[in-house]
Amino acid sequence: MDAQLVYIGLAAAFGLFMAWGIGANDVANAMATSVGSKALTIKQAILVAAIFEFAGAVLAGGEVTSTIRKGIVDADLLIGMDDGPRLLIYGMLAALLAAGTWLLIASRNGWPVSTTHSIVGAIVGFAAVGIGVDAVQWGKVGTIVMSWVVSPVTSGFIAYLIYRSVQKLILSQDDPLAKAKRYVPVYIFLAAFTITLVTILKGLSHVGLTISVRDSYILAIAIAVAIALLGSFFISRIEADPKAEKKQHFVTVERVFGILMVVTACGMAFAHGSNDVANAIGPLAAVVSIATSGEIGAKAALPIWVLALGGGGIVIGLATFGRHVIATVGKKITQLTPSRGFAAELAAATTIVIASGTGIPISTTHTLVGAVLGVGMARGIEAIDLRVVARILVSWVVTIPAGAVLAIIFFFLFKTVLP
Amino acid sequence: MANMLANIFGSSPVRPLEKHIDVAFRCAKKLRPFVAAAIEKDHKRMAEVRGQIEALEHEADNMKKEIRLHMPKSLFMPVPREDLLELLLVQDKIANRTKDVSGVIMGRKMTIPEPIAEKFLEFVDSNIDAAKQARKSVRELDELFTAGFRGAEVDLVTELIEELDQIETKTDEQQTKIRSALFEIEKTLDPIDAIFLYEVIALTGEIADMAERVGRRLELLLSH
Repeated sequence: MDAQLVYIGLAAAFGLFMAWGIGANDVANAMATSVGSKALTIKQAILVAAIFEFAGAVLAGGEVTSTIRKGIVDADLLIGMDDGPRLLIYGMLAALLAAGTWLLIASRNGWPVSTTHSIVGAIVGFAAVGIGVDAVQWGKVGTIVMSWVVSPVTSGFIAYLIYRSVQKLILSQDDPLAKAKRYVPVYIFLAAFTITLVTILKGLSHVGLTISVRDSYILAIAIAVAIALLGSFFISRIEADPKAEKKQHFVTVERVFGILMVVTACGMAFAHGSNDVANAIGPLAAVVSIATSGEIGAKAALPIWVLALGGGGIVIGLATFGRHVIATVGKKITQLTPSRGFAAELAAATTIVIASGTGIPISTTHTLVGAVLGVGMARGIEAIDLRVVARILVSWVVTIPAGAVLAIIFFFLFKTVLP
Repeated sequence: MANMLANIFGSSPVRPLEKHIDVAFRCAKKLRPFVAAAIEKDHKRMAEVRGQIEALEHEADNMKKEIRLHMPKSLFMPVPREDLLELLLVQDKIANRTKDVSGVIMGRKMTIPEPIAEKFLEFVDSNIDAAKQARKSVRELDELFTAGFRGAEVDLVTELIEELDQIETKTDEQQTKIRSALFEIEKTLDPIDAIFLYEVIALTGEIADMAERVGRRLELLLSH
């Protein structure tokens, strides 16, 4: 049997494993915010995630996939080597298996880890030790690691600004409900506009569509207005419940924000798909491309089945395991009411989509945590446990060497065992 | 399975604080049937209500401990943790004072002399009103957190606290009147009983004092 087929088969299996892990954990985190604030039921959340993860991966996931595939390992160096293609295949297989395994170990033990950090650590690990320190594009890796610091901070800052504006325009007013009905459609427009625009500007070229910048803006505005109008329709149907209002003045206001949160939940799933699906399919795409063409750096389009496998794996992970995670997390984050949850989600989704457009793999969960802290800074969250935030920082640092070490072990294993 | 997103949320003290003052108020409210029974010298009823007061005070106490337990120093909150703990403490004292008043009356098998009975009952009612207003104010806590301690909600709570202050002033005036009424008849009473009647009046008035201090604590939260 062809070695080619073995490679592709293994890569597909490991990629599916990784995608499953992402769906079970990462996506669940992204969707739990909406479930926790009761904007969506678990079933609806899974449906939204399935559709928009897939759309995000296909429409806007190209840049990050290409970074994972060929941005970290220096292909030029490998082209000059006799067994270069083979080494890269072993390495990508090892990276996938290492990141997947580490995710499994970590979630078993309840350690908060990021899929992005695992896979980048794993790729850097096999390249630096298995091939040579020069095989890593350190400049690019440096940019990625910097972005892991910058992205939570940025999304925290955006979340702070958004939530402050919500407080100022709506929550601190005499008639918050009337104000919410007036301003929430504007937020819906902003959310839809940002995500659509970045997708059109950065993503669509990967599916073979080219639209001029001017047309992109017009199209984004048109889509966003349509979504905002649809949102306004649903908002206009919300009526105050005086009995519930008496107990808690913001009940109906929060229901208005609930509509907004459905939109940001879609945005969040889309953003996640555009960034994190690449963690599973980037290495897979690399293996497929080398195995079929026999050389590194062949100009080949991403086969559609690779994308489908990534998207499918995530949906399976979400449906099998992720729903429990959504349920547990959702129950625990009731403090994140729609008015706060939307601010966090919109900030995180915007940050992630921009990163996806630039081809930088970042951690969805960390970005979301940063956004939640941002809302907290605006005095929006009742209580945040700083010990847990510190623990997240630690796991942030530990995950990279852990992914790297596992990848190195698997790399040498594959080098001996595989043809 | 631990999850980093879920766990960054500490347990919020806001709802528990609202529940706590509810129990403290319900405890204070029992003082009315208790004193009414004391005036009618219905000892069986007194013992029954006294039991209810003790149970509620105990419940408030347990809630207080529970809330404290879930407020570690590592919590990052929009208002200082110390201020919330102080608020909890004065809320709890509403129940404590109620228990003290009923304890003294019960323990000394006291009766309320007929000439001051009506005034005393009114005085008790006003103190309960103060506790009720304190509860109403604290119940706005979650709205205050949502609004980020800004704007219309702050004005609303400020108004509630002003009303609370007025009720407390009223209890002070009633207290002065009761004292002078008691002074008029104190020669006709057993001296030790008279001393303890003054004591009971003072203790009862402290319920409104504590309610007022709840208002002061809330005000401190608003000023951050």
